[in-house]
Amino acid sequence: MQALQKFKGKNKANKSIIPGFGLSMGITLSMLSFIVLIPLASVLLSLKDISFSEFIEVIVDRQTVSAYKVSISCAFIASSINVVFGVLLAWILTRYKFPCKRIFDGLIELPFALPTAVAGISLTTLYSDKGWIGALFNKIGVKISYTKVGITIAMIFIGIPFVVRSIQPILEKLDSQYEEAAAILGADKHIIFLKVIFPEILPAMLTGFALAFARSIGEYGSVVFIAGNIPYKTQITPLIIMSKLEQFNYPAATSIALIMIIFSFIILFGINVLSSRVNKIASGD
Amino acid sequence: MREKALKIILIFIGAAFIVIMLIMPLLTVIAYALRQGWNTFFNAISDPYAIKALKLTLFTTIISLVVNTVFGIFAAWAITKFNFRAKQILITLIDIPFSISPIIAGLIFIVVFGRIGWAYPLLEALNIKVVFAVPGIVLATIFVTFPFVSRELIPLMNSSGSDEEEAAALMGAKGFYIFRKITLPHIKWSLLYGMILCTARALGEFGAVSVVSGHLRGKTNTLPLHVEILYSEFNLTAAFSVASLLVIIAVIILILRNLIEYRLKRGEND
Repeated sequence: MQALQKFKGKNKANKSIIPGFGLSMGITLSMLSFIVLIPLASVLLSLKDISFSEFIEVIVDRQTVSAYKVSISCAFIASSINVVFGVLLAWILTRYKFPCKRIFDGLIELPFALPTAVAGISLTTLYSDKGWIGALFNKIGVKISYTKVGITIAMIFIGIPFVVRSIQPILEKLDSQYEEAAAILGADKHIIFLKVIFPEILPAMLTGFALAFARSIGEYGSVVFIAGNIPYKTQITPLIIMSKLEQFNYPAATSIALIMIIFSFIILFGINVLSSRVNKIASGD
Repeated sequence: MREKALKIILIFIGAAFIVIMLIMPLLTVIAYALRQGWNTFFNAISDPYAIKALKLTLFTTIISLVVNTVFGIFAAWAITKFNFRAKQILITLIDIPFSISPIIAGLIFIVVFGRIGWAYPLLEALNIKVVFAVPGIVLATIFVTFPFVSRELIPLMNSSGSDEEEAAALMGAKGFYIFRKITLPHIKWSLLYGMILCTARALGEFGAVSVVSGHLRGKTNTLPLHVEILYSEFNLTAAFSVASLLVIIAVIILILRNLIEYRLKRGEND
């Protein structure tokens, strides 16, 4: 409460006549602290049982490093593919009229609504040797489930709504008069896209990429089944943490978790910088 | 003519993506759930463990929904109705659970309440179990769904300003009365939208819950964890039958979400 008083005292400019500052700020800060901040900070606290050299040893362990590589490379490829399809889907959903458009638009959100474990077992089965799509690829000798291709596909699945929903509002708000002006001046369709539309949606594409990338790196449920957990090949970082936890090797689990937390904070910071730029475009400044 | 061909090609590629990436996984769940007939399907979903898992999932979801709705409203009120320093930092801190891996969301409660946690001696003295018990599952679920409601309300309440609330306060109205009569009618659809997103995530959370549950069948098993156990026992039909329940809920949520989004968009244009 004292901290709160100090907090209020500092803000002499705050002379709002609307009631409830103390109550709402008190509830907000205490719930935020108890549910998010204190538990997160406890990760650091629990590292006191492990020396610095042991910490380094754990985080650069060969199996762990290969898991970082799998997570980052698959997430990068999946998010890049998502940017391409995200632009395409956002484009057809905002610019064209066709049957089933509203259903397609609604389905984009499916990966948010479908429990990740369900998505995981379903994608694994669909892309296994016996699944509808996996069987086709099996004939030409390509395996998808239990390989990095499978991990990438699962990450495409969970990442697509982030990209589409970042780009769609920008395309909707985009003033068509510039495109018309360019067309009247005789610009080609693809030149209009490259010179007029592309620069406008680029920040949104990057935000969508970063959001999808962050989600793919941390994702567990939809990736773990299709990954198959083969050490040095298809182990993702969250799975390494999970297996350390199952061995009750808490110091190792928290060390790797700390690396992931730092990594996601960096991405979060990047997303915040990017989306403030996107908001400027969307609000028309 | 070329433009029309381009349009058809683009729509075709987009449709192919949606069918392969989104619709086929859904159909896979239904096809596998029913591949041994309706009897096996009904046996799988009426199994006592499945029903217990369903109950725990609903219990967890309701608590997370209530906690995060209360938090979301207070947080949005504090952030949008008053000026204070470090506002942007507060918003970013609230959004942290979005950028944290679900596995880490579970892990942080183990390092607080687990055998190695600093709160463990206290819990031991009070004879409360958090990790590998229901409270841990509830806490982890609240964590992963923490920002859902507030993040829908903050932008809306920011853009609608606080002139009406100020006028009401000048005329002597009390806080809760102002909220109920002025703010709530403005934000009701956004609030509902955030609550639906929160419900969807809480119902389906897997990673975070998996870490703190300890997988005790009939005790700390939620529906998604039950699906995982059945799947890892190679009982595919049962796994997909239980999964199809979650698919049905997901589709209902998706439809509700779209209906509300439609209302929100119409509201903007009015």
